Amino acid sequence: MSEAIRFLPPRPAVLSRRAAIIADLTDLLPADCLVHEPRELVPFETDAFISYRRLPLAVVLPRTTAQVAAVMRYCHRYGIPVVPRGAGTSLSGGAIPQEDAVVLGLSRMSRILEVDYANRTAIVQAGVTNLSISETVGVDGFFYAPDPSSQLACTIGGNIGMNSGGAHCLKYGVTTNNLLGVKMVLVDGTVIELGGKHLDAAGYDLLGLVCGSEGQLGIVTEAAVRLIAKPEGARPVLFGFETSEAAGACVADIIGAGIIPVAIEFMDKPAIEICEAFAQAGYPLDVGALLIVEVEGSEAEMDTMLAGIVEIARRHDVKTVRECQSAMEAALIWKGRKSAFGATGRIADYICMDGTVPLGKLSYVLNKTSEIIERFGLRVANVFHAGDGNMHPLILFNANDPEDAARAEEAGNEILKLCVDAGGCLTGEHGVGIEKRDLMRHQYSDAELAQQMAVRSAFDEDWILNPSKVFPLEGRPVA
Amino acid sequence: MQTSFTPEQLADPHVAESEKILRRCVHCGFCTATCPTYVTLGNELDSPRGRIYLIKDMLENGRPADQEVVTHIDRCLSCLACVTTCPSGVDYMHLVDHARIHIENTYRRPLIDRLIRNLLAAVLPYPQRFRAALILAKLGRPLAPMLKRVSALKPLGAMLDLAPKAAAKASDATRRGTHPAQAEKRGRVAILSGCAQPVLDPGINDATLRLLARLGIDVVVPEGEGCCGALVHHMGRENEALDFARRNVDVWTREIDRGGLDAIIITASGCGTTIKDYGHMLRLDPAYAEKAARVSALAKDITEYLATLDLPKLEPKRLNVAYHSACSMQHGQKITALPKNLLKVAGFTVRDPAEGHLCCGSAGTYNILQSEISAQLKARKVRNIEATKPDVIATGNIGCITQIATGTEIPILHTVELLDWAYGGPKPEKLPTK
Repeated sequence: MSEAIRFLPPRPAVLSRRAAIIADLTDLLPADCLVHEPRELVPFETDAFISYRRLPLAVVLPRTTAQVAAVMRYCHRYGIPVVPRGAGTSLSGGAIPQEDAVVLGLSRMSRILEVDYANRTAIVQAGVTNLSISETVGVDGFFYAPDPSSQLACTIGGNIGMNSGGAHCLKYGVTTNNLLGVKMVLVDGTVIELGGKHLDAAGYDLLGLVCGSEGQLGIVTEAAVRLIAKPEGARPVLFGFETSEAAGACVADIIGAGIIPVAIEFMDKPAIEICEAFAQAGYPLDVGALLIVEVEGSEAEMDTMLAGIVEIARRHDVKTVRECQSAMEAALIWKGRKSAFGATGRIADYICMDGTVPLGKLSYVLNKTSEIIERFGLRVANVFHAGDGNMHPLILFNANDPEDAARAEEAGNEILKLCVDAGGCLTGEHGVGIEKRDLMRHQYSDAELAQQMAVRSAFDEDWILNPSKVFPLEGRPVA
Repeated sequence: MQTSFTPEQLADPHVAESEKILRRCVHCGFCTATCPTYVTLGNELDSPRGRIYLIKDMLENGRPADQEVVTHIDRCLSCLACVTTCPSGVDYMHLVDHARIHIENTYRRPLIDRLIRNLLAAVLPYPQRFRAALILAKLGRPLAPMLKRVSALKPLGAMLDLAPKAAAKASDATRRGTHPAQAEKRGRVAILSGCAQPVLDPGINDATLRLLARLGIDVVVPEGEGCCGALVHHMGRENEALDFARRNVDVWTREIDRGGLDAIIITASGCGTTIKDYGHMLRLDPAYAEKAARVSALAKDITEYLATLDLPKLEPKRLNVAYHSACSMQHGQKITALPKNLLKVAGFTVRDPAEGHLCCGSAGTYNILQSEISAQLKARKVRNIEATKPDVIATGNIGCITQIATGTEIPILHTVELLDWAYGGPKPEKLPTK
């Protein structure tokens, strides 16, 4: 297990009351909503950022907002840290607990409460998976646009916490652009509602503040999300290039020409090989880099947009252009892309970076990334949302070799700093979590961080919500 | 993911294999989404990722199994939906097999649980005992509601509920020897009679024999063959499972040596998954490893074999068939489109129920041992099937047939029964006469 990133030391007053806390939670919730046997806690010690692991004090799995509120009221009263958890798919350690924390799992609040096409809205519980919304409304010609690669499993609550993105966010925006309202339990158990089935609300845009707050301002239990009508058609097209630089430059030129396809996804050679091995999607294996460009609309719209893109790609010496011929082929192309991270597990352990850079710097950052990786003697696979400059270098390493793991982490930090220095940011969609927490000073000035922390304190004075995350441990307003 | 086993632990080939499997998992969590028990219970401990973690913790620490781990592993259906979903290629099937063996070897179950498992293992794999038990079950049926009120006795109640109300008719399919081709001979295969299926529904293999005979295939029902071992295998009773496997390997090897076999035909996909795994199960037995691998390579689901025979396209029938893909078919053997294509070519209109990846809750003895979760999954499955408004349900596994039949009035048949009818056989009795 890696140790470079520290967690807050557990609160002695909480640890010493462990038995009493479990007894109290037992009284508060139905028996099957509490997990506290030490062996049963082990599976909750981490999420998809698996290099770091901490056992929680207990796990609660409430079924209602009232139960969530009861747990919050109790934990607030006794100063017990609470770590919210959706499906535990965070790549930045957002759901990793700590020894004195109660994990508040929302997996059982997984119902779609209301579908309102007239207002293009669905009201869902926080534990609903991202994909199940689109599956439910798909039969009626609608979908929910943000599509993280983990959309099969990840929950809306987690998406809101991390302001998650996805391949199709280039055109439709990320979670915050598709979220209309939330029901949220505040740290003291008070239940509030923000936003609603309208585009703007009176007063401060607290909804915007909550989206991306990584579970530190409250526990979202319900959300109103925007539904969008499905396009008439959609067509992913594969563009193969000799080099990553050529592909990167092509992306910048497409966007610069004012063309906004639904998605422009990038894969370098190692990523293509990994994804092809899993999905057998027919990705070209003889190219150095691949762009998956999806266009949508009527046949004429798609043809026009595609013609413009092909022309730009030619200028960058595109080697192969392959239009997808069937719905099944399209599904496979996306299945391969969306499984890229997991499929990497076939060849190595990995950590996934999430830096975002200005498009004009894409080729530069790709080159520099290769240099860093080479210097550390590691391997990398690049697969990412190129259209919005959201890079995901997957740094490959051997988790059973502590030195290799440490090298991978160091290389990752350098890559993220590189992204910031290039005018970008630490995270495009995965959130800060613990992974990027100690790099926040590289991104923000002390004054900027202090302002963010003041907001956090306004919601949670004692900092019990997901306490080890987002802000560096030093320089916090609370000890 | 990171593992920590000592070299001494890794000297055990089972542990070494599990370690390799665990190393592939990157804890991405995709598997939770398609796991029937996670979808039903909403607790990660009842998901593949949670179980993988529990198993890892137990094996790394060399600990005997305990009640907590057993509870969550027992709830696993072994449907293998997670294996289909997993992008990393984690071989959950063999990991959970290992965990079950470890549980069986290191954990003492409560008395009643032990007795019920012993009973199942002593009866189900043996057709004569099973047949006798079904007669007793008929007499005992009125007791079912009472038994189900006592938590430890629920499995007995569930067992009585599942027992068919009428005894199956006599059948030709279990007659040992060669059932000769009735057309120009094109091939020679063996067919698995197995254990529970000929007792519960001998019509399935009757239809298979008729169809294959008309297609010019000699079908051998060899002397000495029996249960494939899956039932006890899934209870972690490894030695018993391997004995069943060795016996069948011997029988089929004799047939292969005698006249050659183009295939070993299996009409229950649950058995198919296990027989296709014989090569792996017996890999550490030098006397059997090679023979078992040969048998596994020849094992074919009946639909796989029929697909090689180029059945002619038939006129469309006005019959809507909801195709239920058994987990052992779609996840265990990765046979997905093929049975549906055969039905379409034979003129049926095939409908795909929603959530087709989710288990119906049958899962071997699961509907007996975990009757509450099983009942929830059955209700969900039946709801999805009925939403397609089918005239008939088709599937490829006797377990699913028995399970789903207790939840719906719509007739449910084995795929091969519909195919036999379409290609000249008698109309299945379960179909309404119209």
